Amino acid sequence: MTSPKLLEVKNLRVEFPTRRGTLVAVDDVSLEIAAGEVLGVVGESGAGKSMTGAAIIGLLEPPGRIASGEIRLEGRRIDNLPYHEMRRIRGRQIGAIFQDPLTSLNPLYKVGDQLIETIQTHLPLTHAQARDRAVKLLEDVGIPSAAERITHYPHQFSGGMRQRVVIALALAAEPKLIIADEPTTALDVSIQAQIIQLLRRLCREHGTAVMLVTHDMGVIAETADRVAVMYAGRIAEIGPVQDVIKRPHHPYTVGLMGAIPAMGHKAERLTQIDGSMPRLNAIPKGCAFNPRCPKVFDRCRVERPDPMPAGNSNAACWLVAKEPAHV
Amino acid sequence: MIAFIVRRLVQAALVMLAVAFVSFAMFNFVGDPVANIVGQDTPADQIVELRKSLGIDDPMPVRFGRFVVNAVQGKFGLSYRTTEPVGRMIADRLPATLELSLVAAIFALVAGIPMGVFAGLYPNSWLSRTMMTVSLIGVSLPTFLIGILLIYIFAVILGWLPSFGRGDTIKLGFWSTGLLTVSGLKAIILPSITLGLFQLTLIMRLVRSEMLEVLRTDYIKFARARGLSNRAVHFGHALKNTLVPVITITGLQLGAIIAFAIITETVFSWPGVGLLFLQSVVYADIPVMSTYLVMIGFVFVVINLIVDMLYFVVDPRLRAQGRTSGSK
Ligand SMILES: Nc1ncnc2c1ncn2[C@@H]1O[C@H](COP(=O)(O)OP(=O)(O)OP(=O)(O)O)[C@@H](O)[C@H]1O
Ligand code: SF4
Ligand SMILES: [Mg+2]
Repeated sequence: MTSPKLLEVKNLRVEFPTRRGTLVAVDDVSLEIAAGEVLGVVGESGAGKSMTGAAIIGLLEPPGRIASGEIRLEGRRIDNLPYHEMRRIRGRQIGAIFQDPLTSLNPLYKVGDQLIETIQTHLPLTHAQARDRAVKLLEDVGIPSAAERITHYPHQFSGGMRQRVVIALALAAEPKLIIADEPTTALDVSIQAQIIQLLRRLCREHGTAVMLVTHDMGVIAETADRVAVMYAGRIAEIGPVQDVIKRPHHPYTVGLMGAIPAMGHKAERLTQIDGSMPRLNAIPKGCAFNPRCPKVFDRCRVERPDPMPAGNSNAACWLVAKEPAHV
Repeated sequence: MIAFIVRRLVQAALVMLAVAFVSFAMFNFVGDPVANIVGQDTPADQIVELRKSLGIDDPMPVRFGRFVVNAVQGKFGLSYRTTEPVGRMIADRLPATLELSLVAAIFALVAGIPMGVFAGLYPNSWLSRTMMTVSLIGVSLPTFLIGILLIYIFAVILGWLPSFGRGDTIKLGFWSTGLLTVSGLKAIILPSITLGLFQLTLIMRLVRSEMLEVLRTDYIKFARARGLSNRAVHFGHALKNTLVPVITITGLQLGAIIAFAIITETVFSWPGVGLLFLQSVVYADIPVMSTYLVMIGFVFVVINLIVDMLYFVVDPRLRAQGRTSGSK
């Protein structure tokens, strides 16, 4: 690990206080992203992927809150910044792309105005300069006759085109990191691959790092440098993409790799393993995966494993533990 | 756009025809007007003469046709009570009602929208909670009670504002306005608050719930993720998206304000069409009542037309009907 760490998340815990007790949506998650690196994040629905992303960009919706842990961007702590300081980081340092391109754009504003507004919020440009930049951005994301399209409203674009506009918006102020939360799930299968390729190409050109949340292992295999596999709010395994795919250590990851759909095919929900992920209010003692784990043994039901080195990766599984059990 | 306007105009004309028929039908169902006009000692031949001159005995379609033709020309016949032309009676009093309604509507909007925005942005603050509770009381109190309460406080106890009438008015052509004199302005305060209070609470609650709704949408989340300032997110992106329902309700409520002015005008002896209508009801003055009905119907239709046009201004999706993805 020689490249400097762009993002460091340490022991992040996200909680939702509810009437029936506190739900822990993200529990003790640590991960790092280097400049220009693509970190894939996979896991079943409810695993805490979106909450991790929202916590990083400071947009957890109340009552959700960061209960403990820290988030550092280029060494600077950002999880405890006041709202107005965090606002300046959003869009400028960390961008975001959400799942649904159809609803991410304000229907009442021209796409050009939304771009110009974003650009001028972060960069000291005149309206005319911002407009030129907006046209350039639209061209970059592959929108034909961009100079003209800039005056169009979101409803005048198709779903794929809208997602391109969303990407242009996320890149408008050249952030160093983009959190892309299932950026293609809502799109037609035939254009999913195009959008992912576009995102990958642009981020490579601009040196932008990406945290790419997806259900599609095929996309991860082709796009990501490293992968984090999440389960029940925790990281089950994290490591270089080839290691995690070819030599998975955690039994959950092994199960996931069972059926990798080819890129471009409709992403299957990751439910090839018997049973389903526990609800947040009923996470089992010990390893959260133990009721479904084919390799479960006594220690798993008592003691909770933290991620520990396993080959080039880290896996939260007692199978890879070097030291003997304390029980 | 043109086709849309034409379609709406045709619809409006049909609605007006229906309203006209109802107003016209009133003549047939409510008593014998001649009996109200003539005295007990009027000779029989004079009564027949009067019936003829009023056209009361003609067949129904003929009378309706005549009614519509006259109405379009602004001729609504003579009042049974004062024997003045009804058109003039209404025209004389319309400015008072319209000014009152307009001031009430502006009061409701200017106070209601910011209050709603605040309550939507900070739903848990004590101020929002207070506004919501008070507005609930405001909604459930009848208008006349609010009027009487205001009169009691500001006219009787404090003596700051007049409790009845319109104050001095100035003639601007056919329009007599009370908005250009000090006494006129003072006189309009209490009635317009009374009339607008209900709409204010309505608009406030509407804006609040729309804001809460809009603030949850993906494009607001995305606007925040782009680092836009709170002001841009709240007042640019969020507020504008709440406007369509606000315009609808405001439009409908403006009609309701004019209609409900009857009560406020009575409480404050405001010399408008509402007061005229009530006096006419007492005398079974059908021409005035039916003209009032036509007028209220007309106001509603016009407001609806304007509201439809405003949709086009606010929402580009309606403007570009037929133009879809990719196509120019
Ligand atoms: N407002 C809330 N109150 C309580 N729990 C919540 C709330 N919002 C989310 N959660 C819980 O947080 C957990 C993590 O959710 P998250 O959205 O991060 O999952 P995800 O991994 O992104 O799933 P998906 O693939 O469906 O997007 C879920 O179990 C969800 O039920
Ligand atoms: S710790 Fe035990 S239960 Fe958990 S994944 Fe490893 S073997 Fe399975
Ligand atoms: Mg999610």
